Amino acid sequence: MLLRSLLLLLTLATLPARAEEVVLGLSQDKVAITATFNGKEILLFGAVKRETAIQETPPLQVVIAVSGPTGPITVRRKERRFGIWVNTDAIEVDTAPSFYAVATSVPFSEALSNVEDQRHKVSIPLAIRSVGAPMDVANPQDFTEAVIRIRQNEGLYQKLDGAVRFDEQTLFRTTIQMPANLTEGNYPTRIFLTRGGNVVSQFETVINVNKVGLERWLYDLSRQKPLWYGLMSLAIAIAAGWLASAVFQLFRRT
Amino acid sequence: MQIYLPIAEVSVNAFLLLGMGGLVGILSGMFGVGGGFLMTPILFFIGIPPAVAVATEANQIVASSFSGVLAHVRRRNVDFKMGTVLLVGGLIGAAFGVVVFNYLKSMGQVDLLVKLCYVVFLGVIGSLMFVESLNALRKSRNNVPPTRKKHNWIHGLPFKMRFRVSGLYISVIPPIIVGVFVGILSAIMGVGGGFIMVPAMIYLLGMPTKVVVGTSLFQIIFVTAFTTLLHATTNFTVDIALAVLLLVGGVIGAQIGTRLGTYLKAEQLRILLALLVIVVCAKLALDLLLQPTELFSLGAPGGH
Repeated sequence: MLLRSLLLLLTLATLPARAEEVVLGLSQDKVAITATFNGKEILLFGAVKRETAIQETPPLQVVIAVSGPTGPITVRRKERRFGIWVNTDAIEVDTAPSFYAVATSVPFSEALSNVEDQRHKVSIPLAIRSVGAPMDVANPQDFTEAVIRIRQNEGLYQKLDGAVRFDEQTLFRTTIQMPANLTEGNYPTRIFLTRGGNVVSQFETVINVNKVGLERWLYDLSRQKPLWYGLMSLAIAIAAGWLASAVFQLFRRT
Repeated sequence: MQIYLPIAEVSVNAFLLLGMGGLVGILSGMFGVGGGFLMTPILFFIGIPPAVAVATEANQIVASSFSGVLAHVRRRNVDFKMGTVLLVGGLIGAAFGVVVFNYLKSMGQVDLLVKLCYVVFLGVIGSLMFVESLNALRKSRNNVPPTRKKHNWIHGLPFKMRFRVSGLYISVIPPIIVGVFVGILSAIMGVGGGFIMVPAMIYLLGMPTKVVVGTSLFQIIFVTAFTTLLHATTNFTVDIALAVLLLVGGVIGAQIGTRLGTYLKAEQLRILLALLVIVVCAKLALDLLLQPTELFSLGAPGGH
């Protein structure tokens, strides 16, 4: 067993290096959510490392996808019943990222073929997975479209065609604007090099988004010692109420 | 100035929250309502998740009610005895209301029910109060002495108790029933219930308007404090940063409101509250009747 894995390692190491590889830099690999956090612009930059001459045609393209933590969401649709608008149908979307941005150096369809998109799940509709929609719900695809539409309006899903600057088929950079209503977690970031719509190289890293300082402390307290947290909230409320009353009483006397 | 809220996980403008807290605080001090029926919809509107909005709002009401009640205590406008009786009923009602709420949740459509509750109760109470106080205002202009202390069926009930501050000698059964009823509704609608209790105290129990406001605030403090703790320990949805921003504005507003209230006549105060209730009701009714621009909504998985 051990011998076999050693052998495997050896064969891997002796394989010829890929023709073109991504070397990535990030302006930061950690995003700290502080009390005054108001969104963050992240600069992703990098270069293509290659040992052969540049192959001119078809030209090399870059696709960058940053995803937030994924989780299930419930999507509800309203319909008119008895003259008022009520929620009628609901579909549970199994996984949808809380944040998703795709930046490309040329329009998306030119940078990545449909087949490769299916394989690597890069475009926004493919980042959302919904299986097993109930049979009685009409037009289930409307629901996933609604998720994309609503989150795009909130700036949580971004399709940034042509936002990657790619110089001399070697140096690339782009900025991703992370909105203020960001959730905590690991943000997997993928960079693809494509040629004629096919992925020739792939690189993956993670951006950490974390609450820090007071935000961290309050959040942890509310989860770990909820009773104390609740009592603290009440104490603050009572103290503030009393203080305001006392201050105004002082004003009245003078 | 943008502030990131640790529990709600959204970034909001601090001054906007301070201003909103202040405005709702003024209304709270003037009318003896917690202001939850106004603030909770506003918080939804600026993008706070509903669960966080409801829980945090309860915490903010504790602060503004406490601030308001102190001002009323100084003026001896709080009937502690009546308040305690109402509170006993209120806690029984709230416990029962939570059971009802969970049952409706399991059937789905709880959102709709809450909204319909709002529309029906705000509509009925608002228009009744409006008509009544208009009549009262007209009578006081014509210098006809108000006909108070009518003897009706309420005075025939047993377990009579003397409420000195309110100047009443009535059975404890009606206030307890009022308390239970308000408790149920406040658990379902997620508010302190002042806007239901104030009219109930005036018209059902026949308490003087001046005493009603302070007494209502006194009862609301305990009910909302209980709700805050419940939310903090079971749903983890109380956002202390949001609460602080709202209550700083709220407590100052409550003080101003209490003083403003003393300049107005009781009938004028009631007409204003009635108008406010009708406006909120109309807004909620329109939301149900008009076609929304976005038919789809996203929510946490689980409930319906």
